[in-house]
Amino acid sequence: MQMNKTIGKVYMINGPVVKAKEMTGVMMHEVVKVGNLKLTGEVISLENDDVTIEVYEETSGLKPGEPVEGTGELLSVILGPGIIKSVYDGIQRPLNVLRNKSGDFLERGVNADALDMSKEWEVEVLVKEGDRVVPGQVVAKVKETASVEHRIMIPPEISGKAADVQKSGKYNLDANLLTVELDNGGKRGVKLYQKWPVRVPRPVKKRLAPSEPLITGQRVIDTFFPISKGGTAAIPGGFGTGKTITQHQLAKWSDADIVVYIGCGERGNEMTEVLEEFPQLRDPRNGQPLMERTVLIANTSNMPVSAREASIYTGVTIAEYFRDMGYHVALMADSTSRWAEALREISGRLEEMPAEEGFPPYLSSRLAEFYERAGKATLLGSVDKVGSISIIGAVSPPGGDFSEPVTTHTKRFIRCFWALDKSLANARHYPSISWLNSYSEYTMELKNWFDENVNPDFANLVKKAMNIFSEDDNLQQIIKLVGEDVLPDDQKLVVRVANILKIGYLQQSAFSDVDAFCELAKQNEMLKLILMYYDRAMVLVSKGVAISEVLNETMINTLMRMKEKIPNDKLNEFEEIEKSLESLFDSLNKKYNQAKEA
Amino acid sequence: MPLKEYVGLSQINGPLVFVENVENIGYNEVVEIIFRDKKRFGQVVQVSKNFAVIQVFEGTEGLNLNETRVKFLGKTLQIKVSEEVLGRTFNGIGRPIDGGAEIVNGVYKDVNGSPINPASRMYPKNFIQTGISAIDGLMTLIRGQKLPIFSGNGLPHNRLAVQITKQAKLKGEESGDFAIVFAAMGIKHDDAQYILSSFEESGAVKNVVTFLNLADDPTIERISTPRVALTAAEYLAFEKDMHVLVILTDMTNYCEALRELSTARGEVPSRKGYPGYLYSDLAAIYERAGMINGKKGSVTQIPILSMPNDDITHPIPDLTGYITEGQIVLSRELQRKGVHPPIGILPSLSRLMKDGIGKGFTRDDHPHVSSQLFAAYSRVQETRALASIIGEEELTNADKKYLKFGEAFEKEFLSQGEEEDRMIEETLDIGWRVLGYLPTSELTRVNEEEIKKRYKAREDVK
Ligand SMILES: Nc1ncnc2c1ncn2[C@@H]1O[C@H](COP(=O)(O)OP(=O)(O)OP(=O)(O)O)[C@@H](O)[C@H]1O
Ligand SMILES: [Mg+2]
Repeated sequence: MQMNKTIGKVYMINGPVVKAKEMTGVMMHEVVKVGNLKLTGEVISLENDDVTIEVYEETSGLKPGEPVEGTGELLSVILGPGIIKSVYDGIQRPLNVLRNKSGDFLERGVNADALDMSKEWEVEVLVKEGDRVVPGQVVAKVKETASVEHRIMIPPEISGKAADVQKSGKYNLDANLLTVELDNGGKRGVKLYQKWPVRVPRPVKKRLAPSEPLITGQRVIDTFFPISKGGTAAIPGGFGTGKTITQHQLAKWSDADIVVYIGCGERGNEMTEVLEEFPQLRDPRNGQPLMERTVLIANTSNMPVSAREASIYTGVTIAEYFRDMGYHVALMADSTSRWAEALREISGRLEEMPAEEGFPPYLSSRLAEFYERAGKATLLGSVDKVGSISIIGAVSPPGGDFSEPVTTHTKRFIRCFWALDKSLANARHYPSISWLNSYSEYTMELKNWFDENVNPDFANLVKKAMNIFSEDDNLQQIIKLVGEDVLPDDQKLVVRVANILKIGYLQQSAFSDVDAFCELAKQNEMLKLILMYYDRAMVLVSKGVAISEVLNETMINTLMRMKEKIPNDKLNEFEEIEKSLESLFDSLNKKYNQAKEA
Repeated sequence: MPLKEYVGLSQINGPLVFVENVENIGYNEVVEIIFRDKKRFGQVVQVSKNFAVIQVFEGTEGLNLNETRVKFLGKTLQIKVSEEVLGRTFNGIGRPIDGGAEIVNGVYKDVNGSPINPASRMYPKNFIQTGISAIDGLMTLIRGQKLPIFSGNGLPHNRLAVQITKQAKLKGEESGDFAIVFAAMGIKHDDAQYILSSFEESGAVKNVVTFLNLADDPTIERISTPRVALTAAEYLAFEKDMHVLVILTDMTNYCEALRELSTARGEVPSRKGYPGYLYSDLAAIYERAGMINGKKGSVTQIPILSMPNDDITHPIPDLTGYITEGQIVLSRELQRKGVHPPIGILPSLSRLMKDGIGKGFTRDDHPHVSSQLFAAYSRVQETRALASIIGEEELTNADKKYLKFGEAFEKEFLSQGEEEDRMIEETLDIGWRVLGYLPTSELTRVNEEEIKKRYKAREDVK
């Protein structure tokens, strides 16, 4: 389908913002090629034949009078086999291909297909000539990677009768798998790929309420502030508090089928780290390299800010496409603050009226639109499938101050808040997620799931631990003023157990071989034991046994080190700890009873 | 193509001049501005149909509207680079100022560079031993890292930088060809002199490339200085296989120049009057560090910045911390106590150390010891705060041990002479020695085998 191409002329250049004239007929958000170098840009405002263009590449050297060419297409992504394992920039240019074309530094005006159009895939066709097909229906399957079966779907808005259906076999992306004779007349070919405009959410049948957790293997998250599949979470924190490491941990260990990782205005080396590390790491659930389920969008801080703005949409559209296949997708965006700053920068160049801190007034609605693309849903198609997108966004507040606009607006649209605490990070308490300032609104909705799948008493354990934390917090205020010695024994015990929980449970090194990922069953065992220690010790202390008796050094040491000692696949070793705990307290009890009798 | 030359300006505003009725001018193009036979350079920062806004590097002082001539050079700001730049001194926009000749052979490079394709990078992992315990043990420098020093007026950042450059070496393997690129932005003559003469002393001077924009040089030129310097660094690293250490000082002066320019352009300011794009602008500088797959060389950056009012949340250190791979923060309190180098370890960090230390890199116990020292020293701070309220005598036994540890840590581990060059093993051993003040039950970050092998209780510790 060839639209009439508009050709106009540049008349003003201000960084990534370019104005052009004589552009009658060009569409809002149409992709245009700017200047002799054919830099990629997008129309962001229209006035008569006068347009404003956001250019996704450096504009140095561009001159007034150079041509601007419309493409007749909205800013879109190409969706089909070959996406997984790719690294794209913010507008889906494949960085590996660009490297082969133009070397180690990104040159301007270089373009490449997002997917390899010539590669042949083994396709299993699932429909027959004459079948009725509906939007979202899976009509073919391709083994895309060791971990992912790529399901070729009828694009939204197309339904009718399947004709010219090809046999299963090897095809490249451009091959016509079948033709749909549309209900309202006309025909549409279905290929291995489809295009979708990034700023438009892909439709679903019905949104569903959250009911199962996205298991992250991070104790502080899964136990205390869980996120559901289809949920949203924000990780705010000053520099160096652990946003990226947490995002990487989730990308590695969460039980999603597909991971879309967007490096949005952050460091190049952090992308490299994923690229080098993920092919080496194994997915604990299927033994395949983690890269086999991962897509990377890398628009680093030194790449054009306008493409940074687009990167979020590119990523979430790819996520929606895999959700539509019936997958649980986890999307990480690091950092949404850099995306918001890109909005601000472009808005500034457009001389729009700023709202708070120079951000445009539409910051909040853009954030809402983005996070609303998360969710769990029944999907389009001939049979009911369920898929989800969970979005986890890092937020980088200036000066680490959570009262700034991006954090406060984000808070309105997310349901998990994992607040990173600078003082915890300084003390190298990692992950430095504050147990006092974080929250999850999913706890209630997920309670049933934990009851059935982990331990019917799990919610109680969690509540008990949280009570210890909040009591400890109050006591810490006192300790800061008068020291620990003056506390009565039962309160001393609270402080000591809180300490065991902090060191032995909350702290979890991302770099530990044994502990980087902790199964829910292990979390349950650990929490049970620490709280069992607390309960039994408290009984003795309240009977008047000296605290020094119950603070058994070996026992405490065991509780603090069990996370590193007992791997996920040897959970029966917890029984031994439980036994020694029992016998310790039994003998203390006996001693106490004997003393009482004497 | 003939160069376009125009006579007369329509407006002068701070560092900006406006020229009307121009044609065919490119965005970011370089211009020569000639006034009564004196030449200065500028760059186009905005163009419209027949109108250009130019930022004048040497400032607009003494220009007038009707006589000033503007010559558009048809290219962006470039410098000529080759190995001839080694040992030479240039001004902030890359012109030789050491009395020597212009660079004869070489290639022209756009000073803005191009972003390294993230898919081309190689993750930096090689440990650089600086011989300074605080750094090697706790915030290890890695080849290809960008690790700034956050300092303040009167703190010894220059001395620290000099010690690092003198002592830096790779462990084990050949260090390869190395070079130092030194870019001074708005610093005092004395400071520049101190740094340069120390290079001379160490015999490294023939491998040093210097770019000087000193305190009394034109402010606006500073915007180009780090870019020019990094262009030379990238050339030496990625085309000549050298390991280049880049020292950029003082980034605060750079940011102030940027703010001045932004204000003159009438842009909407963000925090403290700095432009909203300060983050992206700084990233374009700091991200020009690293290693590339298949290339031998590397660019390691040590930017130095002074925190206005020692405030780490000020936009300059804040945004820098958000971009760089950690930071070394100097502490006025330690300086007062006479600890040299006064590195405040708790707010300091090296993000790349995790893959460059430990077994096969430094020593197997390194990750745990460093984590333990951080945790223990952070407890020391709390304990000191408590002691100042209730008095030392009232502290628990455990707390008293922490105070002892804290003292020893500052005296034995952090403090060292300016000439003292410690091996990493020595640094780690000192770490264990000071941990000897704590009972093993407090050492939860190191494992039991390590305790057995390396821990020795000190003095009254049972
Ligand atoms: N779970 C963890 N385990 C071990 N170390 C951690 C953990 N989380 C964070 N760290 C340490 O903290 C450092 C900084 O973390 P990270 O890079 O994630 O910070 P950030 O919040 O993303 O910072 P920025 O905003 O500057 O990107 C890491 O390099 C690592 O040393
Ligand atoms: Mg980060």
